[in-house]
Amino acid sequence: MSQQTVESGPAATPAEPAPRKGKPALSEGKRAERRLGWLLCAPAAIVMLAVTGWPIIYSVWLSLQRYDLRFPDQREFVGLENYVAVLSDGYWWTAFGVTVLLTVVSVAIELVLGMLLALVMHRTLVGRGLVRTVSLIPYGIVTVVAAFSWFYAWNADTGYLADMFGAQAPLTEQIPSLLIIILAEVWKTTPFMALLLMAGLALVPDDLLKAASMDGATAWQRFTKVMLPVMKPAILVALLFRTLDAFRIFDNIFVLTKGANDTSSVSMITYNNLIKGLNLGIGSTMSVLIFIAVAIIAFIFVKLFGASAPGSDQEGRR
Amino acid sequence: MAEIILDKVTKRYPDGALAVSEADIQIADGEFIILVGPSGCGKSTMLNMIAGLEDISSGELRIDGQRVNEKAPKDRDIAMVFQSYALYPHMSVRENMAFPLRLAKVDDATVKSKVDEAAKILDLTQHLERKPANLSGGQRQRVAMGRAIVRNPKAFLMDEPLSNLDAKLRVQMRTSVSKLQKQLATTTVYVTHDQTEAMTLGDRVVVLRGGLVQQVGSPQFLYDNPANLFVAGFIGSPAMNFLPGTLENGQLSTGLGTLALSDRVRTLAEEAKAPREVIAGVRPEHFEDAKLMDESAKAGGTTFTATVDVLESMGSDKFAYFTVEGETATSQELAELAADSGSTETGDSGAQLVTRLSAASTAVEGQPADVWFDADKVQLFDPSSGKNLTYAG
Amino acid sequence: MAVIGGSTTGRKARWTFVDIAVVAYALIPVLWTMSLSFKTAEAQTDKNFFPSEWTFDNYKAIFTTDQFVRALVNSIGIALIATLIAVVLGTMAAYAIARLDFPGKQALVGVSLLIAMFPQVSLVSPLFEMERQLGLFDTWPGLILPYITFALPLAIYTLSAFFREIPWELEKAAKMDGATPAQAFRRVIAPLAAPGVFTTAILVFIFCWNDFLFAISLTSTEASRTVPAALAFFTGASQFEAPVGSISAAAVVITIPIIVFVLFFQRRIVAGLTSGAVKG
Repeated sequence: MSQQTVESGPAATPAEPAPRKGKPALSEGKRAERRLGWLLCAPAAIVMLAVTGWPIIYSVWLSLQRYDLRFPDQREFVGLENYVAVLSDGYWWTAFGVTVLLTVVSVAIELVLGMLLALVMHRTLVGRGLVRTVSLIPYGIVTVVAAFSWFYAWNADTGYLADMFGAQAPLTEQIPSLLIIILAEVWKTTPFMALLLMAGLALVPDDLLKAASMDGATAWQRFTKVMLPVMKPAILVALLFRTLDAFRIFDNIFVLTKGANDTSSVSMITYNNLIKGLNLGIGSTMSVLIFIAVAIIAFIFVKLFGASAPGSDQEGRR
Repeated sequence: MAEIILDKVTKRYPDGALAVSEADIQIADGEFIILVGPSGCGKSTMLNMIAGLEDISSGELRIDGQRVNEKAPKDRDIAMVFQSYALYPHMSVRENMAFPLRLAKVDDATVKSKVDEAAKILDLTQHLERKPANLSGGQRQRVAMGRAIVRNPKAFLMDEPLSNLDAKLRVQMRTSVSKLQKQLATTTVYVTHDQTEAMTLGDRVVVLRGGLVQQVGSPQFLYDNPANLFVAGFIGSPAMNFLPGTLENGQLSTGLGTLALSDRVRTLAEEAKAPREVIAGVRPEHFEDAKLMDESAKAGGTTFTATVDVLESMGSDKFAYFTVEGETATSQELAELAADSGSTETGDSGAQLVTRLSAASTAVEGQPADVWFDADKVQLFDPSSGKNLTYAG
Repeated sequence: MAVIGGSTTGRKARWTFVDIAVVAYALIPVLWTMSLSFKTAEAQTDKNFFPSEWTFDNYKAIFTTDQFVRALVNSIGIALIATLIAVVLGTMAAYAIARLDFPGKQALVGVSLLIAMFPQVSLVSPLFEMERQLGLFDTWPGLILPYITFALPLAIYTLSAFFREIPWELEKAAKMDGATPAQAFRRVIAPLAAPGVFTTAILVFIFCWNDFLFAISLTSTEASRTVPAALAFFTGASQFEAPVGSISAAAVVITIPIIVFVLFFQRRIVAGLTSGAVKG
């Protein structure tokens, strides 16, 4: 967007010279620059690698063992046995199905609502600041706090919403529970989606829309034929962010149903196996499987939809 | 104050791209030199190498006889004015101008007096406490100049410093830059893609193309004696007209007819072993309305008749545009010039001819006109190498 | 864009209506929690949206229990320290990524992107086991470390977007003016980057403040349990009483900082969240 204006004359076009190996000694300036670069990045890199890199490897290692903290003596290497156990268990597949369902449904609703909210925030004639400020509250609020609010709203003993559908205690049945989980999830994350989409909206030049209406496009045609194509990168990035985030859904389920009545997500059963069940072997296996699932989702987005991973194209340009 | 010498200075990027190739330029103490060329010709790279912002791949850069290739910019004692001005937005005008002095740990009293002095020269005194965001384009430009002059550097480097100003202000600032440079007598290297700036500002001009130095010389010399097609086409506005031609027994045939070359031109062409097929170049001002000339004056040239496509009356003179039948002059250099943002027009359908006639001309748009041109001012170029076959330098 | 038909007043009325809907959408759950926190113990099961009788008892109750006060101290301390460290490290790295040229830069960007997309639950098992072995389990550092790690990509990403908006030539200009790279950073780039750093700090703080999964997995006692985790373990005044009032009051307390940030720094938060999300 704005960067281009800075780039000056013609010589700015070739990429900044990457240091050459060997021969001509780098000038003092360049050498100092490299040193400074490494020095500045080292702490962040070390922390990130130490707290994620090593644990991932360790997690894979744990997943290949029978390792239950209640029976530490029985710890032994069992190869892929844990994977077989998890993947042949209906419990895992139910949770997986629930997670996929929650992810797809809530992200789809968020996209529609988020787009509407983005249009409101972008276009409203009155109280733009107020709308933006208020929309940030769901984004900022602690998920558990919001979850408790929904929990008490639907809880048969306390809730102002509990009797709405006449049925008894919505949070004790699978389908109503899932709907409430989706509601909580959508409420919390729609504003974030809307903000990302709003940034995309800002990229659509007003002149373009004016031109389209001069050309005879209706409001809906302007939206689908002009705005959506221009916003496509922003939409894909927002979807990628939200899908990966929704897939690790945990807080809302923990508070709303504790995973009862087949409402557990994969994160939820992993947690249960690990912290409640203290079964490190099985817990780690599930961790690794979730990691793989997330990697596949990211891969699909990047390859299929051509959503360049955010930031990936930015190193090249200065 | 310093002389700057580029000795076979080369810039090669890691991907193999050659930005500047073996540039040899000697810039004398106090000289105002212009680096000019179309986009991507390597002029900014060359400036950045002198500044120390980019590494020199090979060759040597000497300032006052001292090799400075490995020196960081801060140790070269050179000031630079950027195209975007690069004013620090969080500092006031005064702080901006004082910044280099503060870095050099100059004491407060000296800083104040130097900044005040520079502000006076640049007429910025009443703006010293303002932030750059509250200044007009011209004022920002002057602050950028001020930041460069406060510390009396050995040389000024200017990277298209006027290109962000509107046309009127640009003309005004051009004269003040020129005046300021004369007043300070500091060696100045000035990069531009604007050939008017190149013609009017510098003591000498360096024309660059694709990383290669094409010609170095005073503006007038470059105008009169371009070393090749590229320089001929680049310097001058409107640009020189180019027509394909055939050379035979001292006769030149072009789309405008056949003419006898003057002795001077013929001798030069013979010395240069001119081939049969050439490109002839004639500057617009070497044409005249034949009706305004008596027979004796027409003797040294040739007259042709053609229909005026467009006539632009500038008041002081008239520009008449014609389309010349036949092929367009083609060469790689001309193609490059055409590609560069409209600096020259080599039309797609027949060659367009631009002529500058005196204001008294009676030529009418859409009507045929008789136009004479000076055979002695024709320049001949080798279409394959682009070399000027009539170079008198 | 004047394409939405109708008179100005008509349009204003319509937008006002839409705005009210948005405000209601965002605030109702928050108001409901506040309402619960002000209800008396008896009224909590009356299912009314607003309390008929207002009381501060729930707040008094939670501030007299060690459980909540301790958790609040943990939350504030852990979030502040993690934010501070993450922002300092993130600023350094983001500057280098946005401005300097050095080998290994791409790798760092790649790694941090990977972590940003990482399912946190995948780290819970190994971290749980490793922290037990290292004696970090149920300590402040035991939470601070993973928070820093997951906040760093956010910080690096947001900050490098801010840094990119600083005109690149300014740094060249500083070098020409005689500055070393370190001086150019400290005197030219840092002051310009300060607003971005501040915004990033808010975002990172919200992230740390919000975490639940690590907080319940890597803690087991009041020593390091943060408020979101503690909420899940709240018990009522007596065994037989649901802790609705206490939980709601605690929830309101930890929502206050968020409301404050949002009210005062709305613009910055929006800028921070959207920076770099869209590529030009």
